[in-house]
Amino acid sequence: MSESVTTAEAPKLGPPPSGEEPGIWQRYGVAVVFLAPALVLLGVWIVYPTISTIFRSFFDRSGDEFVGLENYETLFSDDTLLTAIKNNFLWLLVVPALVTAIGLVFAVLLERVRFATAFKVAVFMPMAISLFAAGVIWRLMYEKDPDQGTVNAAVAVVKDAVSPSGVLSAAQPSTEELEGGPAGGLVLVKALEAGGVAQLGLTGIRSSEIPAGAEQAVVPEALGGGITGVVWRDFKPGGGIAGEVESEELGLPGVTVELRDENGRSVLETQTEADGTFAFEEVEAGLHRPAIGPETFSEPYAGVSWLGASLITPAIMMAYVWVWAGFAMVVIAAGLAAIPRDLLEAARTDGATELQVFRRVTIPLLAPVLTVVFITMLIYVLKVFDIVIAIAPGSVQDDANVIALAMWRTSFGGVNDFGLGSAISVFLFLLVIPILAVNVRRFRREV
Amino acid sequence: MTTVEAAAEAVETREPTAAKIVRFLGKTPVYLLLAALGLLWLVPTLGLFLTSLLDPTVVGRAGWWEVFSTPSLTTLDNYREIFDNEAITSAVFTTLWVSLGATIIPIFIAALAAYAFAWLEFPGRDWLFLIVVALLVVPIQMALIPIFSLYNDLGLFDTIIGLVLFHTAFGLPFAIFLLRNFFIGIPRDLLEAARIDGASELRIFVRLILPLGLPAIASLAIFQFLWVWNDLLVALTFARETQPITVAIFSQLRQFGANIEIIAPAAFISLAIPLAVFFAFQRYFVEGLLAGSVK
Repeated sequence: MSESVTTAEAPKLGPPPSGEEPGIWQRYGVAVVFLAPALVLLGVWIVYPTISTIFRSFFDRSGDEFVGLENYETLFSDDTLLTAIKNNFLWLLVVPALVTAIGLVFAVLLERVRFATAFKVAVFMPMAISLFAAGVIWRLMYEKDPDQGTVNAAVAVVKDAVSPSGVLSAAQPSTEELEGGPAGGLVLVKALEAGGVAQLGLTGIRSSEIPAGAEQAVVPEALGGGITGVVWRDFKPGGGIAGEVESEELGLPGVTVELRDENGRSVLETQTEADGTFAFEEVEAGLHRPAIGPETFSEPYAGVSWLGASLITPAIMMAYVWVWAGFAMVVIAAGLAAIPRDLLEAARTDGATELQVFRRVTIPLLAPVLTVVFITMLIYVLKVFDIVIAIAPGSVQDDANVIALAMWRTSFGGVNDFGLGSAISVFLFLLVIPILAVNVRRFRREV
Repeated sequence: MTTVEAAAEAVETREPTAAKIVRFLGKTPVYLLLAALGLLWLVPTLGLFLTSLLDPTVVGRAGWWEVFSTPSLTTLDNYREIFDNEAITSAVFTTLWVSLGATIIPIFIAALAAYAFAWLEFPGRDWLFLIVVALLVVPIQMALIPIFSLYNDLGLFDTIIGLVLFHTAFGLPFAIFLLRNFFIGIPRDLLEAARIDGASELRIFVRLILPLGLPAIASLAIFQFLWVWNDLLVALTFARETQPITVAIFSQLRQFGANIEIIAPAAFISLAIPLAVFFAFQRYFVEGLLAGSVK
């Protein structure tokens, strides 16, 4: 704005000539001009739609016929919508408390150390990401295939450490000298006495499935008082002769071999070497039949279906907690820092244990901050939408449903029932009001 | 606080080195725990990023950790594809225009109104302000259906302007509330002096109020920008062809497994901007979030 314009304007807005009352426009014109854009926008985009939605909720889907409370009756009788309400209450029950608790734990941990900025940034970072993007991130984490989904991959690592999966998932005997199947193990038809050598040939093993570290198969020497043998892939490029250990045929390491007595009971067990050989030293007298144990063929871990109907809601909640823990941590940490040190010291001097100090002094002093976090979470959780629609595949959205998602799906997601959609909106509005009233009052007090 | 810290510091410097080492070792479990938790919190985002770098031939079959075991699988091909994908690039620009428009416009309009509420005299001022603040309780869902019909009638459906106006309106109550409370803290003498000098209200607003209000405006702008950039609900309702990036990604989700080579890099691009803003302006963040809870 240039200088000359201002001087030209100045007299107009200056004090009016003495004795003359200024007109309404002169007195309030500026205020009107300053307020008009905001009031128009608020009126058209918030006030009018709110009233319109309330009216609309008493009309049918086309908006032509007044139906009274019918939409509200549907809201509390329709299965999908009831699931949404139930789920949303579950969210309210679990998530705000969990986020506050985790935030408190993190904040307390942070207080005990210095230089934890990296940790703070790592935990707080998801806050910057949209809940929708967070949903995409976790959709990827929850993929069922352990080769792809991180969560199941982690479970698989633990599970393999406890009970390893078999080295082979599928294989068949290469000759009729072996009988049985993967479920009960493959048994050598011919029984052996001490000093015998068993050749357990397998085929039908894909190259990708050959255990790592497999070497050229070798037929071991006979052992005086024991039984030896080899388990190998009885196949080489070009075929080879069945039942014979030839060059280029690999031994199968890590295969569980059992020695069964005449009654079929397993008496000894061992594992094959890199060249596929195994040995049972000092075998009792009598006939024995070596067998490839069923453990060898146990299927690899298939993964938990986090995105299935039964686990979807807890899975989404976990992702949501991941997003919000940083917020809770930072706010609570600020509250902790504001607690006067001498109060804590005084309690300690009086002989209170650390736990007592925490429970009797720290927590009560933190109560207002914890309430802030809790209430903030209540409001966000009540309106949760993006992360649910991002993580839940279409087929389980009925099971993962929440109020805001139900509203959107009813109104725009194919059903296009604006009457019912309006009723769901009004219901959400009614739920938000009491919490927000508390929050706004608190906020006003602060400012 | 500072004196306490200084005192603590003084005590520590007098402490013998051995004692310090012992004290540090005593805290090792806490450090290890924090390191583990921090890593746990990083893995999901890192996983998305590394997945976006996986070779398109294995993406959807291999996990991101293959990047470490088989580095040859790493490629920028997915990003090259994305930048050639017109739907995605135009979605990024749509998001940018909507976010910029829906940040600048509401802040300017809110600042005008906030100034009126703070420093201009007119009847019913406080009541009007109370009503504006009360509008904070209205959830976005309450406006979707009527505005959807209105936009269809006005031809604003599926336009950038339609999205900007919606976000502008819903950003106003909080912006007015925050700025009015900030403006009211400006010393009265400053304004009186300007008025006596004969400055117009508009001049006072532009030359005095806006510069003085800059800290509040900056923090508001960051929060509003991120709010709009990260929005899915409004965009999903009012955009079809002119879609922001969140909607573009959303439309790929139906075939999640098959589209990971598009979804992963697109999602990473969509969160790179907020992440950059976050790292640049971290300290404004918590304030904004706390305040945003009344939104």
